[in-house]
Amino acid sequence: MSISIEEVDRIAKLARLTFSPEEKQKLQTEMSAILDYVDQLKKVEGMAASPADSEGLNLMRDDVAEMPIEPEEFLNQAPAREGRYLKVKSILE
Amino acid sequence: MLRAKRMTSVELTKHFLARNKEVDGDLHAFLNVGETAALKQAEEADARMADGISPLVGIPYAAKDNIMISGYQATAGSRILENYVAPYDASAIRKLKLSSPVLLGKTNLDEFAMGSSTENSAYGPSKNPYDTSRVPGGSSGGSAVAVASGQALFALGTDTGGSVRQPASFCGIVGLKPTYGRVSRYGLIALGSSLDQLGVLTKTVEDSAIVFQQVAGQDEYDTTTLPKEVPDYSKFLKEDVKGMKVGVPREYFQEGMDPEVRAIIDASVRKFQELGATVEEMSLPHSEFSLPAYYIIMPVEVSANLSRFDGVRYGLSVPGATLEETYYKTRSQGFGKEPQRRIMIGAYASSAGYFDAYYKKAKLAQDLIRRDFTEAFKKYDILLTPTCPTPAFKFGEKAADPLSMYLADIYTVGLNIAGVPGISVPAGMTKAGLPVGLQIIAHHFKEENLFWAGHAFERAMNLNLKPAPNGGAK
Repeated sequence: MSISIEEVDRIAKLARLTFSPEEKQKLQTEMSAILDYVDQLKKVEGMAASPADSEGLNLMRDDVAEMPIEPEEFLNQAPAREGRYLKVKSILE
Repeated sequence: MLRAKRMTSVELTKHFLARNKEVDGDLHAFLNVGETAALKQAEEADARMADGISPLVGIPYAAKDNIMISGYQATAGSRILENYVAPYDASAIRKLKLSSPVLLGKTNLDEFAMGSSTENSAYGPSKNPYDTSRVPGGSSGGSAVAVASGQALFALGTDTGGSVRQPASFCGIVGLKPTYGRVSRYGLIALGSSLDQLGVLTKTVEDSAIVFQQVAGQDEYDTTTLPKEVPDYSKFLKEDVKGMKVGVPREYFQEGMDPEVRAIIDASVRKFQELGATVEEMSLPHSEFSLPAYYIIMPVEVSANLSRFDGVRYGLSVPGATLEETYYKTRSQGFGKEPQRRIMIGAYASSAGYFDAYYKKAKLAQDLIRRDFTEAFKKYDILLTPTCPTPAFKFGEKAADPLSMYLADIYTVGLNIAGVPGISVPAGMTKAGLPVGLQIIAHHFKEENLFWAGHAFERAMNLNLKPAPNGGAK
């Protein structure tokens, strides 16, 4: 299974990554090899699916607001902020 | 531990810090050593020594740099988190701190725990203390080197496809991957959330049980941890395995296996017979699907987990003319080659039109693999396999071919897919002096069987593996 350069471009856009033409070619080769390898999974087609063996527990905790960490601790990690807001470039024209 | 040795934690901590200065310039186990903080923790531990709270009081340890510890860096081996400082403790660390161990520093890893050699670390690789021309394994390679070279008494790692067991095997130490859901993942920098588990690296199986005892159990911040009682593991450290039923899955002894590894593992299996176990060859029929299923499920989760690194909230931010350009620049400059490759594979396999062909099949394979193990443990207490098909490989040997690197996890990854626990215990040395690990596998939430089998085996073998005195003077 080989994927095209156009598909590498399409996926790179979805993933918000940019690549040089050389990198794209290398990725095309490497991704094709990996996808060839995982293609072995075709063999599981038609094999009976078992109901999952997990215990099927739904674990929830009470919906109680906590503040174990000061918001400042998180906000201080941001590259740009204004007061209690994160600052980004404008999105709407 | 310390009280029996009549030594203070400060003395012990100074010893390990000196050892670090002596050998780590070459070995590069640590990304960061916090000397002042360590000595302060040691003083506090000495003050608590009389309380008898835990065998870990004052014991110096190291933690992989993808584990959040308040006030310490957490780079995950990536440039994108180069200046990141953790604002809170992982739940496992919060539990561990009740025992007052001494954190020496944070250890090296493949970027975002993606790799089997530490060659993918953005900060340079760690070296195997048995032969510095070889890799220590990965991704928890720094943690394995720290313990193997005598720079820490125990270390924490994470294991998504073999990242604790494989470096333990390569470095001649004990590496435990618990059951999925046994240890909280809260505060671990996520790789594949449905596969990740915190693991423990130690010199002995007994030490592994002691450390694991402190971190195991349900956590309200991780709803995949189950409310099951944690037994007293020290009760299972027995000298014999009389009556133990042992299965040896034939799928784990196939092509690509180093003949010396094969001979060492065969001898290990015989040792279990000598010690009183009933040993049978058996089959885990869907094993061949483990690695292919892993290389779908994990990258799909990676592409979602790493989407949070966008240069807006924390970590590296490379400004562009627009917000979108900031995303592109930050992610393209911040992530190394392997994370980018896995994001791409994951985005492809989960994109419209391909999801059924890949992800759905991988999840079906996962069900089949999990059922193989569940069926096997109706009959057997443990299964024995090699941890890895080869001993430690040379730097550069697999770095150019991603697929050949992925195959280093072929015997470890099935456990993550099935969620069962496993431990790698030293089983012998090759003629060239490289350690080889035996992997012991148990049923979900039956870690006590790993400690039982591992401890008895370790005592019987009495290997006492040690690297060259200067940690890689070879």
